[in-house]
Amino acid sequence: MISNFVIEVRGVWKSFKTVQAVRGVDLNIPRGQFVAILGPNGAGKTTLVEMIEGIQKPDKGEISIMGKRWKGNEDELHGIIGLSLQETRFIDKLKVSETLSLFAGFFNLGIDRVNEIINIVGLEEKRNAYVVNLSGGQRQRLAIGISLINHPAILLLDEPTTGLDPNARREIWEILLKLKEESNTSMILTTHYMEEAENLCDYIIIMDNGVILKEGTLQQLLVEESEEKIVEFTASYIPVNQTIQSENSSFTIQAGESRERGIIKLKNFETEIPAFMSYMKANNIALRHMECRRKTLDDLFITLTGRKINE
Amino acid sequence: MSKLIKINQIRQLTSALFLEIVREPGVLFWGILFPILMSLGLGLAFTQKKDIIRKIAIIRTGENSFPQSDSSALGLFLLKKCEKPSTAGSDWKWKYTIKDEKSGNSIFLFYFRDWNEAVALLKKGTVNVLLISSGKSVEYHFDPMNSDAELSYLKLSPLINSGDVPAQISENEIKPMTLKGSRYIDFLVPGLIAMGVMMSCMWGISYGIIEKRSKKLLRRLVATPMKKSHFLISFILVRVAMNFIEASVLFFFSLFAFKMTIQGDISALLLLFLAGNVAFAGIAVFASSHTSNTEVGNGLINFVVFPMMILSGVFFSYQNFPDWSLPVIRYLPLSILADGLRAIFNEGAGYPQVALPILILTATGVVFFSAGLKIFKWH
Repeated sequence: MISNFVIEVRGVWKSFKTVQAVRGVDLNIPRGQFVAILGPNGAGKTTLVEMIEGIQKPDKGEISIMGKRWKGNEDELHGIIGLSLQETRFIDKLKVSETLSLFAGFFNLGIDRVNEIINIVGLEEKRNAYVVNLSGGQRQRLAIGISLINHPAILLLDEPTTGLDPNARREIWEILLKLKEESNTSMILTTHYMEEAENLCDYIIIMDNGVILKEGTLQQLLVEESEEKIVEFTASYIPVNQTIQSENSSFTIQAGESRERGIIKLKNFETEIPAFMSYMKANNIALRHMECRRKTLDDLFITLTGRKINE
Repeated sequence: MSKLIKINQIRQLTSALFLEIVREPGVLFWGILFPILMSLGLGLAFTQKKDIIRKIAIIRTGENSFPQSDSSALGLFLLKKCEKPSTAGSDWKWKYTIKDEKSGNSIFLFYFRDWNEAVALLKKGTVNVLLISSGKSVEYHFDPMNSDAELSYLKLSPLINSGDVPAQISENEIKPMTLKGSRYIDFLVPGLIAMGVMMSCMWGISYGIIEKRSKKLLRRLVATPMKKSHFLISFILVRVAMNFIEASVLFFFSLFAFKMTIQGDISALLLLFLAGNVAFAGIAVFASSHTSNTEVGNGLINFVVFPMMILSGVFFSYQNFPDWSLPVIRYLPLSILADGLRAIFNEGAGYPQVALPILILTATGVVFFSAGLKIFKWH
């Protein structure tokens, strides 16, 4: 049977001495799709990706890549996968171009590909710099460059932007967006930045505690169950957990990101806003600021897990 | 995988690992300059005969007028035969010199202290014999296990008893050994070469691998079509090449500075050197096969290196260790290598003498390498 999916994960479990890292995950990734696995630290993202990379073996379940299992197909699969691990450090006293040449050599590629990659990841000025002297962002671009060296059909990036400043992060996004435009590569990227998942990926998988909580396109994730509008406000006092009655519905005030912020989720603007306003007035609470915004992945994550992703 | 790709992989890996080493400025010092300095220091210390100073304490027993008032042998010896210090500040009181043009003078310096002070000096190692004059005879107090103290006693007692210098008579009997290959430096340099191979393999290969594992570089490398054996082969190739350079520099330096010679078969020497590299490279791969913690790696390496440094007779012959331990010591890889190198350098040995050592070392390396590869952790 020829499958439409480049990566298929079925019923995969993996535990280490004290933790059950992955508990029954299924995944199907079609060609050319960019997928984000989103979740907090310890969600099992890295373990899942490392099993797809062939670095870890699942305790239970099956993984196939282009219809092939890892066992017995290592050489072939290594040839079509490009990857970057969390915090790999390359050889300190090797130049950027030499490091790329080393990896190009493993795939029997020459200096032409090395030059192309240097171009793609924008390290022209650093081609003769020692790896040890690169900044965090440059080092990560080198790692991405290495992962792209073999024109991979499948790209697996484990937290490629963790610990980078916003500028460096954006540079990496640009590299990946360009790749998406110009090639048919499928990508799985793990991250705990919502923004990254939203910006780069067609399909988002939210993971926590070793299981997939929810998956879909950004649209699907946010529209579903989302008759609600979100209103954030600041005020002299936030009456957390206070339930307010309007004509035909009720809603509860929730605590926002900081103590000065409150959130209400409204289904029926016309009646609920006046009810909220009159409650505030009746209780002598001075409303300072109020905004209505669209629902984000952050909100979804809080709804799913009861906590924020970076907590 | 075609042969061409294989060669290309090994070439890429080898050049990367080689560049990594030579770009570290410390390598030049520790790998090349340090062994030379060590051979220079130790070689000079043990080959140049200079005056040997032996410090002795004489116990003050009460009478202040000693030795004038003393008619004992010691009193007379100090009074009549010894010099007094020319300056007032000297802490010794008498001095006696046994002249020897050929192998250096022996100079005795006598301190005059009460018992407690003298014992303190003995404990610090300033003096190693205490003398007490008791009537006609002299008591010698020293640790009989200390051969240096015993030598002081043997030289001193005829001097004090007869007031004459027995060494004068025997001087013509002593013929300093100047045969090729019999000096200390001839013993030392092959030992240093052997030790260099061990240290460089253990630190270069073991530590290098463990560090790359801890950096997750190994994990990244094996996620490519790179052949695992190519990586280890390249690591070993680079290290053997470095060892060859280091050993050659040390050898040519000794050739030039100390007039060392190779009396045996040079091709056997090269083969033995190679076998030594194989042995220690194998042990190094084995030692680094599992841990990704550089601290643990440190301990592992020391665990291998330390016993051999002490037991295998790099600096001094292991023949002084107890008889029962010799069969074990003799078959430590470092002993085999050092003994073999010495046999070729100094005793004119060739293949008949070193074939077995070469075989044992190679087998050791192969066994440890294969075992290490079996349990090797790439992730």
